[in-house]
Amino acid sequence: MNIYSQITANKRKTWLIIFLFVIFITTILFVYGKASGYGLEYAGIGLIFSGIMAFSSYYYSDKMILGMSNAKQIQKKDNPELFRTVENLCIGAGIPMPKVYIIEDSAINAFSTGRDLKHSVVCVTTGCLDRLNKVELEGVVAHELSHIRNYDIRLMAIVVILVGLVALLADFFMRSLWYGGAKRERSDRDNTQGIFLLIGIAFALLSPLIATLIQLSVSRKREFLADASGALLTRYPEGLASALEKIEVDTEPLEVANNATAHLYIANPFKGKIMGSWFSHLFDTHPPIEERIKILRAM
Amino acid sequence: MGLTLIIIVVLVVLFAWSTYNSLATGKVRIKEALSGIDVQLKRRIDLVPNLVETVKGYAKHEKEVFENVTKARASLMNADSTHEKAVSDNMLSGALKSLIAVSEAYPDLKASSNFMELQEELSDIEAKIAYARQFFNTNVSSYNTTLVNFPGSVIGNMFGFKEEEFFEATEEDKKPVKVAF
Repeated sequence: MNIYSQITANKRKTWLIIFLFVIFITTILFVYGKASGYGLEYAGIGLIFSGIMAFSSYYYSDKMILGMSNAKQIQKKDNPELFRTVENLCIGAGIPMPKVYIIEDSAINAFSTGRDLKHSVVCVTTGCLDRLNKVELEGVVAHELSHIRNYDIRLMAIVVILVGLVALLADFFMRSLWYGGAKRERSDRDNTQGIFLLIGIAFALLSPLIATLIQLSVSRKREFLADASGALLTRYPEGLASALEKIEVDTEPLEVANNATAHLYIANPFKGKIMGSWFSHLFDTHPPIEERIKILRAM
Repeated sequence: MGLTLIIIVVLVVLFAWSTYNSLATGKVRIKEALSGIDVQLKRRIDLVPNLVETVKGYAKHEKEVFENVTKARASLMNADSTHEKAVSDNMLSGALKSLIAVSEAYPDLKASSNFMELQEELSDIEAKIAYARQFFNTNVSSYNTTLVNFPGSVIGNMFGFKEEEFFEATEEDKKPVKVAF
């Protein structure tokens, strides 16, 4: 499977995920509409409202993320070595040059974001620049550029938005119960509405969680692919492997990362060790580093 | 019965069509990748006279080295096919290496900031050529793989697709380059 068919597969997956989410969201809307007693028109308004909020965030997501992370854009003269590394690997990957950002933090980490090849960003911490050698930095940058080239950044941006949409809808529903109290017509429909009210509340509580779990599982899968295509780009898997090793023994958390941005980074920025039942692994943003190193070393 | 036949024919046509498209797309990508190499080669061609002039300022007597570089540069400028480009690029690399090596004998030249800058730019360009070549060769290999495997081989034969050359100088091509002092 060459890299272009990977990209095609990724684009197809994006559509599949959007489709599944549309079904998911429609179901939720139906339940909320029935439960609140206002019917589907009300749910429709909720959808339009949340939809506008969610999709406007699609266009500003990269700026929000960069702002949240305190990242600063740099030009070639600020750090020619990093800039050249990015330029060279972009030539090797056949993609246009992304914008380059730096986070002032001594933790070793990096991420990429944006919505397509022409609006993409690579961001590394100063810890990366100070503590990784040239081949390790190359490995990390190649991993991030692979996220851009494989269209992972778009896939993740859309998934994040849809997850946000689900959460917004749940919030909208719970609030409407609180304030509106719904004009309940005392009639024979009362009974079904009661049932839908229960289902609705259950949905409102569970759906953000389910959506988040989907997001995390998508994110974990993308990491392996980016490792592999990054290694193919530098022709030297050991570079990324030894960078990951340094990240693994590094105990310093990245201060600017939060729950909303954690999945973007090359490795879990919190450094908290979760003791391993399968259930707690459902909430991991990244696959275990040891496993990634093992796969890279076997290439 | 007739319907089954029609469905089979339609499927075969669709299959052939998509194979043809992937071969045609592959060819376009190879061409794009080659122009990516050309950009970097051009940068190197433009840099060479500067570098030669700088070295000449300190080391007038290394005539043979200058000649080699100039010759290699001219042959790269006139190179047409992928193979010719790869060979003369390889020749220029060798000639430039001996040009840089000259500086070892001239401490003033080695210490000159102008020379150091040019040298840094040269190594940057060389790294970029290497990556552009890698991207090109990746595209060629994926195109060639489609072409030699079924059904690409059949469609390729029918529409006259040919295997593409890698951007590389073979062992034989590398021999004539002599480093002379």
